Amino acid sequence: MSAKKKIQPVIACGDKTILPEGAKMIPLIIMGKEHMIPETLTVMKAIEYTGHQYTRGCGCRGGICGACGFFYRFEGDYKLKTGLACQTVAEPNMIITQLPFFPMKRTSFDIENLHATPDELIRMHYPEVFKCVGCGTCTRTCPMEIDVMGYVAAMKQGNIKKAAEKSFDCILCGLCASRCPAQISQPTAALMARRLSAKMLTPKAEHLESRAEEVKSGKYEGMLSDLTKMDEESLKELYLEREREPDLAKAGEWMPEDKSRL
Amino acid sequence: MSGYPAELKKLIKAVEKTRPQRVEQSKKGESFAALTLEQRKIWLDKYHPDFKPSGKREVKVGPNKGDLLPEEVVDILESKSRVDAKTVDLKNVDIETDVLVIGGGGAGTAAALMAQEAGCNVVIATKLRHGDSNTVMAEGGIQGATQEPDSPFYHYLDVVGGGHFSNEPKLVAALTNDAPLIIKWLEDLGTMLDKEPDGRLKTRHGGGTSRKRMHSAGDMTGAEIMRVIRDEARNRSSQIKVIEFAPAVELILDDKGNCAGAILFDLETKEFIKVKAKSVIMATGGGGRLHIQGFACTNHYGATADGLVMAYRAGVRNVLMDSTQYHPTGAVYPEQNVGLLITEKVRGLGAQLLNIEGEQFCFPLEPRDIETTCIIKECTDIGKGVMTPIGRLGVWLDSPMIDMLHGEGTVRKELPAKYIQFIRHGIDISKEPMLIYPTLHYQNGGIEIMDQGDTTVPGFYSAGEATGGVHGRNRLMGNSLLDILVFGRRAGIAAAEHAKKVKNGKLTLSHVEDFEKELGKSGLKDAKEGPMLLPDYAPDDVKARQWKTMSV
Ligand SMILES: Cc1cc2nc3c(=O)[nH]c(=O)nc-3n(C[C@H](O)[C@H](O)[C@H](O)COP(=O)(O)OP(=O)(O)OC[C@H]3O[C@@H](n4cnc5c(N)ncnc54)[C@H](O)[C@@H]3O)c2cc1C
Ligand code: SF4
Ligand code: SF4
Ligand code: FES
Repeated sequence: MSAKKKIQPVIACGDKTILPEGAKMIPLIIMGKEHMIPETLTVMKAIEYTGHQYTRGCGCRGGICGACGFFYRFEGDYKLKTGLACQTVAEPNMIITQLPFFPMKRTSFDIENLHATPDELIRMHYPEVFKCVGCGTCTRTCPMEIDVMGYVAAMKQGNIKKAAEKSFDCILCGLCASRCPAQISQPTAALMARRLSAKMLTPKAEHLESRAEEVKSGKYEGMLSDLTKMDEESLKELYLEREREPDLAKAGEWMPEDKSRL
Repeated sequence: MSGYPAELKKLIKAVEKTRPQRVEQSKKGESFAALTLEQRKIWLDKYHPDFKPSGKREVKVGPNKGDLLPEEVVDILESKSRVDAKTVDLKNVDIETDVLVIGGGGAGTAAALMAQEAGCNVVIATKLRHGDSNTVMAEGGIQGATQEPDSPFYHYLDVVGGGHFSNEPKLVAALTNDAPLIIKWLEDLGTMLDKEPDGRLKTRHGGGTSRKRMHSAGDMTGAEIMRVIRDEARNRSSQIKVIEFAPAVELILDDKGNCAGAILFDLETKEFIKVKAKSVIMATGGGGRLHIQGFACTNHYGATADGLVMAYRAGVRNVLMDSTQYHPTGAVYPEQNVGLLITEKVRGLGAQLLNIEGEQFCFPLEPRDIETTCIIKECTDIGKGVMTPIGRLGVWLDSPMIDMLHGEGTVRKELPAKYIQFIRHGIDISKEPMLIYPTLHYQNGGIEIMDQGDTTVPGFYSAGEATGGVHGRNRLMGNSLLDILVFGRRAGIAAAEHAKKVKNGKLTLSHVEDFEKELGKSGLKDAKEGPMLLPDYAPDDVKARQWKTMSV
């Protein structure tokens, strides 16, 4: 496999799969129809390899947007498995279907006018979390390995901060919601919990508040306007003179010698 | 998956053979010599995709006529319309609104929220789902001078220094001035920013910062921001209507020269939808999926630079489109990780870059663009790259050195996400090296804007990665998430103001007809249709069997 022989023709080559000589082909069953694809591809690239062009079911291609959730099982095996198509390597005889969209319940709220405590709000907006039967299907289903049942339980307990922290990695793929026997839309409830937790249960940053006031008062406009008019040489000088905050300094404790431009 | 195949395992032996000696040298502080400034220049000119004259050509038509730009960019700028402009009846439109936002990523959604707050009805038209974007992919963080020892003044200096003083000054002033307001806005919307128990924001350094001003939300900052602002747009759905899977393909002007709407194409029903709007905001993001010069990219599926094309036909110039940010270390193996960013931290912790023979060929901590050229040179001219089974070239990034240098367990502790992303595929990066190659990361240039996101066409605004000038020729990490929110919000406010004042004339697509005439005169009558909308990754043999497009 030395690169010496084949240097110029393919470098990186975008996302299109190039089939090397002697690549092993394996069967992949896409929604009941068998296709042959080369080994080592992700399910997403395998689907493209067969000639499909995505409109739905493909977003970031990097495991973070939740567009590409899919279900699969192997013939003769009762177990239903899930994954993200962009992150899961295709295996021989996987029978797959993607879930590009799943209807979920969400309710609107006014983040600037919240007249109840976070746990009361969750109870008002998502009372169905109390119908959770604790079956654990959601947790088993989640491709991000989130303890979904755990965050639902935290909502039931009224511990919204815990629900927020436990659900932080949720990419809203909807796979858990599609399997819930209690018909709960866990991801949308969790999203509201996270926003409420950040807004109501986390102390505000005081330094941010005062800096924002300074900006609004126009404090920096003059300084910045001067910089925009400066020639490159003077800018370079200022650039090289900058004092660098030490890596290990505690936030807000280290102060530069020159404080005139703070 | 069971890790590297036998042929790559065999090649790893060469890396293992030289490793003990390399570790010894590193411990003594000996390293491969960095390039001198003269060498840097020569290598950049010869190997960096931005500087190499090959792979570029002169634009023949439109506002950037005469500029030398990458072939892939010129191809789309010189594309012809997806609609037959002469035959479109603009007397009847399908949707009317105050403000039309094209692109539902971070910039577009921020713009929509502000325009709505200013009392406008807003339509967001987006190509994929609302939020499927580069914004969700940002892991690292968002900058803003929020701490006491910092100020917008120093932020400004860092931005222009990082951009080699090629940035547009007024845009940098806007960026750095608004930054604390943006972080405050995010806090108010209920974003889970990383904080100390007393509420103080946690901040870190990023490449090229003089103060610690990188804010984060775990290692999914962009995803957290996107899901919060999207949720907020949904809270206001009575005035913000979102049309998904309906990319814009052309701008509509009026006979007074204002921008007055756009034509959308529904990817599912194949209908064209005519939208009349008093102001239009282009927020279509970057173009990684143009795969400039064949490079892989880190971008989302819809990053095909569509906005540039539409704006171009309406007479709006773009700037710095010859400048692209490559990240030197993108994964090339396993296939499912291709394009995945391998953070600079890996090299910061001592991992070296090695060729097929296990030899070093460059100093591992050169600036991004220099490191990129070193790797390309080694793989092409020198021919000592490693080929993956699927046919990609790369070099080794010797991560196992990290534990040998800093103690067992360092890789798992310092690089948890990368460790998981590889162990999933049977590769333990604390024991086996990674295969990497430079990858397309960010579109530095784009639509030319002014400090309210306004352009040379009244009623037409743009914000985010689709625009150029804020970061000059080199963007520092954490300033793009900031950019999209600062200029998204500014454009939203300005667009709303314009919408309240403007009296639109008769709608027209004559700019498209004129542009196509110009194409014809330049011998480009048979140009491909654009914008690109979606990349096509079907293999060539499949393409060959797709004889023609059938409508059944
Ligand atoms: C892997 C990765 C990591 C990054 N890390 C960081 C980081 O740590 N910090 C940082 O500051 N920046 C980072 N960036 C850069 C930053 O995330 C992006 O530059 C920024 O989010 C772009 O935002 P945007 O709103 O302009 O574009 P996007 O978020 O890409 O949104 C554009 C939207 O427009 C849609 N669209 C495209 N064409 C059309 C059309 N024709 N019609 C309608 N809609 C269309 C797209 O589908 C998309 O939804 C990173 C980028 C990547 C890819
Ligand atoms: S699937 Fe539904 S019922 Fe079962 S544990 Fe999860 S939330 Fe509860
Ligand atoms: S919690 Fe549900 S929606 Fe969120 S990532 Fe897991 S399965 Fe997907
Ligand atoms: S495409 Fe976004 S998670 Fe797979």
